Amino acid sequence: MINTDIAIVGGGPAGLCAAISAAESGAKVTLIERNDELGGQLVKQTHMFFGSEKQYASTRGIDISDILLEKLEGHKENVTIMKNTTVLGRYEDGVITGMIDENKYLKFNPEALIVATGATEKFLGFPNNDLPGIYGAGAVQTLMNVYGVKPGDKVLMVGAGNIGLIVSYQLMQAGVKVEAIIDAAPNIGGYLVHASKIRRMGVPIYTGHTVKEAIGSDHLEKAVIWQLDDKWQPIEGSEKEYDVDVMCVSVGLSPLNELLVMAGCEMEYVPELSGNVPLRNEDYETTVENIFVAGDSCGVEEASSAMVEGYLAGLTAAAKIGKIHPQYEEKKADYIKQLDDLRSGPVGKHIRSGIDKIVRR
Amino acid sequence: MSKEENTIVCRCSDVTLKELRDLIAEGYTDYNEIKRITRIGMGPCQGKTCTQIVLRELSQATGKPVSEIKNQNNRPPVVGVKLKLIAEEAKEDE
Repeated sequence: MINTDIAIVGGGPAGLCAAISAAESGAKVTLIERNDELGGQLVKQTHMFFGSEKQYASTRGIDISDILLEKLEGHKENVTIMKNTTVLGRYEDGVITGMIDENKYLKFNPEALIVATGATEKFLGFPNNDLPGIYGAGAVQTLMNVYGVKPGDKVLMVGAGNIGLIVSYQLMQAGVKVEAIIDAAPNIGGYLVHASKIRRMGVPIYTGHTVKEAIGSDHLEKAVIWQLDDKWQPIEGSEKEYDVDVMCVSVGLSPLNELLVMAGCEMEYVPELSGNVPLRNEDYETTVENIFVAGDSCGVEEASSAMVEGYLAGLTAAAKIGKIHPQYEEKKADYIKQLDDLRSGPVGKHIRSGIDKIVRR
Repeated sequence: MSKEENTIVCRCSDVTLKELRDLIAEGYTDYNEIKRITRIGMGPCQGKTCTQIVLRELSQATGKPVSEIKNQNNRPPVVGVKLKLIAEEAKEDE
């Protein structure tokens, strides 16, 4: 049995910041990461971030990951990092179980738990959707940006949210031809600065379109799309066909919430937050005492807000178990203000309305 | 083969959209029941890929919004683990 003050599940932007913040408050932290590397999705983000200076705007995601790891290193006396360790479950007595290197089973007994498990990619159901060459955007980013491998020569991008737009641009930078970007929604979901940049490079963006089918014998050879009417029904005769060897599916993320559900946290389906998310208070504590959340697992947003949520949850979780940071009030107020700023304006409107549904005061 | 037979809903257990829609047509509208019959949601991904598609199909068939459709139950372990490892740990604990 591994005893620790705070167990943090997930070493992405939220988990890393939670670990830094909790350790800075004086709590002994065990940071548990499934992969062999910390940083989560940051390590494949070669683009520069938006946001403000406090969330490392104008810095590339991969460099932000290094900045956070360095900060974490500064608190190493309070932090135990366990990589290649998958958390398997959480039980009624508060024990969580895990597996390291797929060859040893472990039990943890934390006083508080911070779930920062992130999100998983959504998938689409269309004929031949299991052909090789059909990827999620995360896999394309991993291949290109982490391993330096071109996923193919010609791509149909499905999804015009920020991830779809950014990955399209990165594909073009890598010399891959992006034939078109499509999105079932009537509007482009991502920032228009990204979309405009891609349009200027000659790539068409078709909104109100979806995949009709993939064609190929042992790998993707063609993709057929068609237009949707205002009731989301496909329009016969509107088909367009592309000779592509890659289809990149970037149709959104869904919060990874299994641990929260099995722990008995009250959950609610909130479309604005992309799925089933836990009810929580302003301290990011769920309805189960001493279980906290941060990042995409409590509502899909962006890495910038995930980091600030992590800092906040680390601070409040530590305080909950008696490790109160000397500047607790100032820090808390600052994190709340940063989150408010990130979610301000028209872009953050749906996030604000989603959060209103889950925060219990 | 029909389009629905070629559309995979559950990649872990190769369950097609046709199998899912046939079950729904037979009156199975509970995710947990569908899971027990087809193994959708019981494979290595534990429903991470298929759940959204299943919920949307159930929503379309029943006319209820996705928010009102009961999700599958989540239980430990979230990924496969060899019983041997659990047994070894239990011995150490004694």
